Amino acid sequence: MRLKVGIPRALLYYYYYPMWKGFFTALGAEVIVSSRTTKDILDKGVKQAVDEACLPVKLFFGHVLDLKDRVDCLFIPRIVSVERKAYICPKFLGLPDMVRHNIPHLPPVIDVTVNMCRKEKNLYKAFGEAGKIFTGNPFSIRKAFKYGLEEQERFERLNRVGFLPHESIEKMNKGLVAQNCSPHQHGEMTLALIGHGYNIFDSYISMNLIGKLRDMGVRVVTADNLSGSIIEDRSNELPKRLFWSLGKRMIGSAFHFMRSDGIDGIIHVASFGCGPDSFTGEIIERHMRRRGSAPLLNLTIDEHTGEAGIVTRLEAFIDMIRWRRAAQ
Amino acid sequence: MKVTFPHMGYMYVCLKALLRYLDIDVVVPPMSSKRTMTLGTQHSPEFACLPLKINMGNFIEAYEQGADTILMAGGVGPCRFGYYAQVQREILQDLGYNMNMIILEPPQKHISELIVKIREVTGERSWLDIIRAIRFAWFKARAVDEIERLVHRIRPREIEPGRADEILKKAIGWIDVAEDKKQLDDAVKKARCSLIRIPVDNTRVPVRIGIVGEIYVMLEPFANQEIEKRLGELGVEVERSIYLSEWINDHLFMGLLRMKGSKAARELAPPYINHFVGGHGQETIGSAVMFAREKYDGVIQVQPFTCMPEIVAESILPVVSRDYGLPTFYLILDEHSGDAGVITRLEAFVDLLQRKKEAAADGAGRKGVEQCADI
Repeated sequence: MRLKVGIPRALLYYYYYPMWKGFFTALGAEVIVSSRTTKDILDKGVKQAVDEACLPVKLFFGHVLDLKDRVDCLFIPRIVSVERKAYICPKFLGLPDMVRHNIPHLPPVIDVTVNMCRKEKNLYKAFGEAGKIFTGNPFSIRKAFKYGLEEQERFERLNRVGFLPHESIEKMNKGLVAQNCSPHQHGEMTLALIGHGYNIFDSYISMNLIGKLRDMGVRVVTADNLSGSIIEDRSNELPKRLFWSLGKRMIGSAFHFMRSDGIDGIIHVASFGCGPDSFTGEIIERHMRRRGSAPLLNLTIDEHTGEAGIVTRLEAFIDMIRWRRAAQ
Repeated sequence: MKVTFPHMGYMYVCLKALLRYLDIDVVVPPMSSKRTMTLGTQHSPEFACLPLKINMGNFIEAYEQGADTILMAGGVGPCRFGYYAQVQREILQDLGYNMNMIILEPPQKHISELIVKIREVTGERSWLDIIRAIRFAWFKARAVDEIERLVHRIRPREIEPGRADEILKKAIGWIDVAEDKKQLDDAVKKARCSLIRIPVDNTRVPVRIGIVGEIYVMLEPFANQEIEKRLGELGVEVERSIYLSEWINDHLFMGLLRMKGSKAARELAPPYINHFVGGHGQETIGSAVMFAREKYDGVIQVQPFTCMPEIVAESILPVVSRDYGLPTFYLILDEHSGDAGVITRLEAFVDLLQRKKEAAADGAGRKGVEQCADI
């Protein structure tokens, strides 16, 4: 019988799912992803998590609850660091502990530690450890690991062509291997969406922000469409290197977009009480104000679901850009 | 060059001593107050944690008094503190305050990076002088801690409430003005004698509460609504999981001196938190376990609103509480300063602990009644 591995559709799912899926399927396991976010999933998560936790962490709890009774084990890695000398966020460091101590009756949890802060090779160590659960053969683990990396590379290539990560994941699930031309997007203007992937690509949490923007005639680009070297170069303009990988992506892409002529405005999406966002958002805002070129909209989301406020603000922002253009 | 620095409890006593010893002009910011908080929150990001906002207020108030250089610590994450100085610099720049920031970062490539920074402050003074100055500041930290510990013991037992705090205030002043080791020793002796002379009722068995949490709000009475004093007034003996000198030894001397440090607390954190989570998250859990083993009656966790490591700890603390039968209480602090709510909650918590303690004492006194776990 194939072992069922559960992956919650939350947090780093939007960054690394293809790698995880590739790895586990190559080892002969069946990968099961939790359902798309619904009100029920979010409510359950909010109930189970500590009040002060941020929205994405609460949502993660909801997805774990959704999965736990239909899988043989859960994949909740402790992702400390995904590159040298940078971390994710303290909450990711404690995620397996938080989940284990707050949700009763969990299936076995695969909580391998990914810590590439000192050595990038540690990535294989983590996967090697996870692979041992499925097979004793180090060669098949190595092969599965390689396959996972290939899948991830394919995923990132699709993103760079112009797909958004949630679309790339869907395309890959449908069997698309590679594509060289950009997906066709209509629109009179292009807005850059800066924010954590798990906030902006989850259409329930972001209140279908991307869909709404597209309906209003906006082309949407995100940091995922940029190459890593642009982000690295741009974020290095800060006097001190930022030590959060996701924050660095946001700063680097914002610095790139605010100079790019093709971008009409930037929308910064943060979740209520997000620690790193409070700093990166502040720095982006101050730099953009000093430069004074592109307009910026700051959206904060939390578990409240009033859509009207978001729509009004988006409409006002887009109207403002149109007037600005007409005046030029 | 007029150097200033942010406040953190009584740390100013040490830093002032260190800089004065090296003949550097120091501007100690006014003690943190409502005005500090208002100035700080006005210019800081909304969701930044409380220490950043109060520090910001300290800098602005120091600038008003003529300071032009800020001495600040850095870090490499993942706690936000490591990036404080960068954000604060951006804010000061936009405000048009022309202040130079000297940020002491843990060296990334070579120790020389740190040495250059220290030289920027100290100028031409010899290393021997610098080491002597550090040593003197260290003694002051030890002195402050000793007095604070003593006050924690006396407060719940004193017959006339308030005496210990009066003397504490004076004693900090004596320690602050001491100019050499001898004067410092005299100041400590004087403070010790005055404290011991306070009439106390030693027959009282006070409730004992351990305070754990984020270092800044634990050490800064203004930020934590003077929780230690308030608990003392309610007849509680307070112990803190970390003192200033321990923090200095852990973070600035790299644990060089052998004394109680955060390592012991960290080792007690598994199986609750198995990995470091930045800041003091692991220490919070470890210290709670330590207090539970030492049979404290309760634990209070203090944290600034949105503090990431403490949120991890907060979500796991109930498990520690359940495993050890240890009542816990969270105090989350931000710029809102309504103290009535805090006092009511503290009173309720202390009442609860007192009843539990009395019930336990009664139960133990009666023979033939079997004790069982509180389920």
